[in-house]
Amino acid sequence: MSFNPIKRIVSPAVLLPLDHVDTDQIIPARFLKATSREGFGKHLFSSWRYQKNEEPDPEFVLNGKNGKGEILLVGENFGCGSSREHAAWALHDYGFRVVVAKSFADIFRGNAMNNGIVPVELKLAEHEELLNYIRKNPEAELMLDLPSETIQVKGSDKLKFNFVINPFRKECLTMGTDLVDSLITRKEEISQFEQNRKQK
Amino acid sequence: MMQKTLFDKIWEAHEVNQLDDGSSVFYIDQHYIHEVTSPQAFSGLRQRGVEVFRPKQTIATADHNVPTQNQHLPIKDPASAAQLLTLSQNCSEFGVSLFDLEHKWNGIVHVIGPELGLTQPGMTVVCGDSHTSTHGAFGAIAFGIGTSEVEMVLASQALMLNKPKSMKIEVKGDLNPGVSAKDLALYLISELGTDGGTGYFVEYCGSAIRKLSMESRMTLCNMSIEMGARGGLIQADEITFDYLKDLEFTPKGEEFDNMLERWRELKTDEGALFDISYSFDADHILPMITWGTNPGMAIPLNSTIPDPVRSDGSPHKEFLSAMNYMDLAGGESMLGKPIDYVFLGSCTNGRIEDLREFAKYVKGHKKADTVTVWIVPGSRKVMEQAISEGIEDALQLAGFELREPGCSACLAMNEDKIPPGKYCVSTSNRNFEGRQGPGSRTFLASPKTAALAAINGWIAV
Repeated sequence: MSFNPIKRIVSPAVLLPLDHVDTDQIIPARFLKATSREGFGKHLFSSWRYQKNEEPDPEFVLNGKNGKGEILLVGENFGCGSSREHAAWALHDYGFRVVVAKSFADIFRGNAMNNGIVPVELKLAEHEELLNYIRKNPEAELMLDLPSETIQVKGSDKLKFNFVINPFRKECLTMGTDLVDSLITRKEEISQFEQNRKQK
Repeated sequence: MMQKTLFDKIWEAHEVNQLDDGSSVFYIDQHYIHEVTSPQAFSGLRQRGVEVFRPKQTIATADHNVPTQNQHLPIKDPASAAQLLTLSQNCSEFGVSLFDLEHKWNGIVHVIGPELGLTQPGMTVVCGDSHTSTHGAFGAIAFGIGTSEVEMVLASQALMLNKPKSMKIEVKGDLNPGVSAKDLALYLISELGTDGGTGYFVEYCGSAIRKLSMESRMTLCNMSIEMGARGGLIQADEITFDYLKDLEFTPKGEEFDNMLERWRELKTDEGALFDISYSFDADHILPMITWGTNPGMAIPLNSTIPDPVRSDGSPHKEFLSAMNYMDLAGGESMLGKPIDYVFLGSCTNGRIEDLREFAKYVKGHKKADTVTVWIVPGSRKVMEQAISEGIEDALQLAGFELREPGCSACLAMNEDKIPPGKYCVSTSNRNFEGRQGPGSRTFLASPKTAALAAINGWIAV
């Protein structure tokens, strides 16, 4: 899928500091009948976001005044459960380009990177420090700098944290390219592998 | 020479190339697709103007979004009908074999692959579905992928991956009578946590594992993802080879004997190192059930729901939130809890052994009037076998109906939804909020526990 290259993102953070948020919560199965990648944002966190009468639940963070931004801050094991990439599509369609977590589920992490979302995993103490700061200063802007693999409270060098991302994946995100193209260019090498295997 | 794990050996045999950053171009032998996570991958191929690279190595089925009654009639829900039509058009346009509704080999992707002999020891197997870990039961590296990765496999028969770390889970001794692979899986997840396996690929071993049937091994490997592991595998042995012999897609005659020789070599070397190892005693494991909203919130059937206050007096927020959703309280007993629905089925427990087990416990009894029961075979072959073995008759005598195959109430994409607030004892794999329908409340358990709940109307032993 094509997405806009990401180098630097500056945005307030939306706080959803829950642990073990599964992909059924991010996008419930009843919305998976679509055959395109578009339009999932309106169903993001649907069961938490809307009341039974389908009106927005004022208690849920996305419906509050700090519910919009490009950076989502969550807890640990974010995106566990189903492999549905619709979860990443829904987050991206809503406007998120960065998810900051204590940890991510494996499949979700890959799906996020394949769709122009940067998964930022912070050490527990740093995650807590950042969360506490944003709770006190909800309007504060965060700045992700992908080339240097850092995220910080804008203007504060004290609240600046490093994270790690696979170098090739980083390149793809900063270029806006995906792995499908890269694999297509390797078809010859893959055919050769098949041939070698047959002879064994 | 360095000792290697089974996982290492299969991994290395499928590395097309290693890249500078340590990741690998990784070859995929068998790819399965279904209607829900494949349409956007085919659209991607069309946009790029590329073909399916190895169409014979992809098999498609319709399972997630299909009705489980009257499959011969047109599908009522227009969105579901359109998704199935899209699958069928994509498969014919790109030359992929499809076992659609009414095909004699139709069923849940993780049930049909193994039962047709498509999944074999030493293979790499992927599908746009997290429960692809099921196929690890055959001594294969099998794991779930996203739709972008489905597109990669369609376009190149390969993925770009970093090798996961290795975890060994040994289960010593013998499982107690009445304790199933499902109980074992729930026990392991409750011990290791729903993210205990994140970043790892598991090998299950030990005497308790060796004695499991193929169906039970599939149940166990299926649930590996519920502890966060990408997959879990079990070394193939005589039980595996007996199961595979004479299946539709297994090699025949001399070719089978040649494969057997290779398959017998596929094992972890003595002394091979794992990144982490756990060992459990099988006789400590009791029948299990979940009370909360993730599969790690599981307890022995005869015990009580944990206290939501920690020993230091602080509240356990996740427990409180789960108790609120489930309308349950700490200290409550699970036994005797009235339930409204029972679901037997899914890629976890929708195989013939599971139907036999359920039938064994309901035989001579009647379905409780207060309970709605959905018995959904994992595939058409399972359904037909259940009919020919007399399981359907036994079920009917006890007041139950055997439905047609599909994923059904495991994820409630079709009309099989548990209504808001209702309790369901389910043999599926996830008890997440709303998983079985908006507001539904799920207790994950074994086929035996599901059977006893279906005839009693409450959770029983």
